[in-house]
Amino acid sequence: MPTPKVKFNETPAKGEIVEVKTMIDHDMESGQRKDAAGKVIARKIINTFTVTLNGKPLFSADLAPAISANPAVNFFFTATEGGTLDFTWIDDDGSRYGLSRAITVT
Amino acid sequence: MRALLVALLLMAWVGPALADPPFDPKDPAMVRYQAGIKRSGYTFAEPETRAMQDDDFMNPAMLWVEKGEKLWSTAEGGTAKSCASCHGKAEDSMKGVGAHYPKFDKGAGKVINLEQRINICRVQAMAAPEWKYESEPLLAMTTYVKMQSRGVPVAVAIDGPAAPWFDAGQRFYFERRGLNDVACSHCHVDNWGRHIRTELLSQGMSNGFPSYRLKWQKLGSLHRRLAGCNEEIRAEPYPLGSFEYVALELYLAWRAQGLLVETPSVRK
Amino acid sequence: MTTLPLGRRAVMIGLSAGAAALALAPGSARASKAEADELITRLAGAKPHEGKVKLKLPEIAENGNTVPFTVSVDHPMVEGNYVTAIHVVAHDNPAPQVASFHFTPTGKAEVYSRLRLARTQEVRAVAVLSDGTAWEARKEVKVTVGGCGG
Repeated sequence: MPTPKVKFNETPAKGEIVEVKTMIDHDMESGQRKDAAGKVIARKIINTFTVTLNGKPLFSADLAPAISANPAVNFFFTATEGGTLDFTWIDDDGSRYGLSRAITVT
Repeated sequence: MRALLVALLLMAWVGPALADPPFDPKDPAMVRYQAGIKRSGYTFAEPETRAMQDDDFMNPAMLWVEKGEKLWSTAEGGTAKSCASCHGKAEDSMKGVGAHYPKFDKGAGKVINLEQRINICRVQAMAAPEWKYESEPLLAMTTYVKMQSRGVPVAVAIDGPAAPWFDAGQRFYFERRGLNDVACSHCHVDNWGRHIRTELLSQGMSNGFPSYRLKWQKLGSLHRRLAGCNEEIRAEPYPLGSFEYVALELYLAWRAQGLLVETPSVRK
Repeated sequence: MTTLPLGRRAVMIGLSAGAAALALAPGSARASKAEADELITRLAGAKPHEGKVKLKLPEIAENGNTVPFTVSVDHPMVEGNYVTAIHVVAHDNPAPQVASFHFTPTGKAEVYSRLRLARTQEVRAVAVLSDGTAWEARKEVKVTVGGCGG
């Protein structure tokens, strides 16, 4: 089962620009490949990645099959309020993989 | 079609001017990736590829290391033991271990590599089934264990009972094979640093395996790479874990002696 | 050094020349430059000006399957004046859209990821601002058909 991971400064100073690094192990099957019998291997990718802070949208990404396997997405936000960051990766098949992290702004 | 061929030839011709990643042997940052004239694959890689390896979070190979770490403490098999039951903390018990493989194993009566050693432990100490070669758990565990030797110089024994494997591996390395009728040495001894069409040839050092290859978009074993190399010169590949590839792996480890273990590396 | 024959494999420019299982599906759509322009204008809601956007990509991809990229936009990220989205397009791929990143007024307009390129082509990154304007950067990346190992 895909296991996502994130890394960022969980105790930033107020006003600090925080870099968030994320990655999830996923083949990102493009739907372009064929198996040995010549049959097209069905597309199965992480198509959406969303991040919320205390339930409010912070950042999101729509991914297409052109994104490499084990997708890494890094983005930035300014530390203003503490609380919970929720990360969600959504698979073509509807599965959702999630992570929550607490953030304390000093 | 003709335009395509011309374009390819042009690319091959201008290749050297554009393709070579920056490498200065005297650069202090590059010292740890060399041993005399031996150069790790890292020194033939583009800066973007090196950057992926340099950051432990950004290195996709770490996804397998993390899986390996979990498996290390997972009890399995008839004895309900985990690796940790006998070996405690991997950081302590496995430090430096991977740097000396392949090695002659008295119990097995032959030279084995790290993957095979892990399976011997599973079968004999855990009464757990073997993990298939190139399976996710075996890749994860091999990489996790080998990573405990990161920074340790590769050093293998090639004398005594290991000698026949070393000799076989050396023979393999210099033997022409396949439709293209080339030996490993033609690329990796005679022509490293030059190009095969647009591909920059490395010295073929194995110190970073198991490795995350950009082409595979996955972590893979040295044997998978050897099979790929054989296919690319149109030679029939040997099975992963075969005598031939274990012998070749021992010879390659000897060739890489002095270079530091870089597992888990990122390569093209 | 013996010259290796230019086999059929050499002319197959695909995601991976080595594995037999990998091939482009029949009828894979590749956008023309005009179609790419149309797609970008549609995604951005406006025709992009050149500027403000920096697209970091290698000159030569070590391997077309995994190409790291960074898009950054020289623009504030404050309420009422920020980059709302960045769209990345590779028109010579089987499908031209690579990714769309959506921002809120925070941090900086910079994003990193890794993409697949089927062949040498120009990659475009378009930034949409909260005032409705669009800005873009283009970078050509060479994706070579390896002699061996590529």
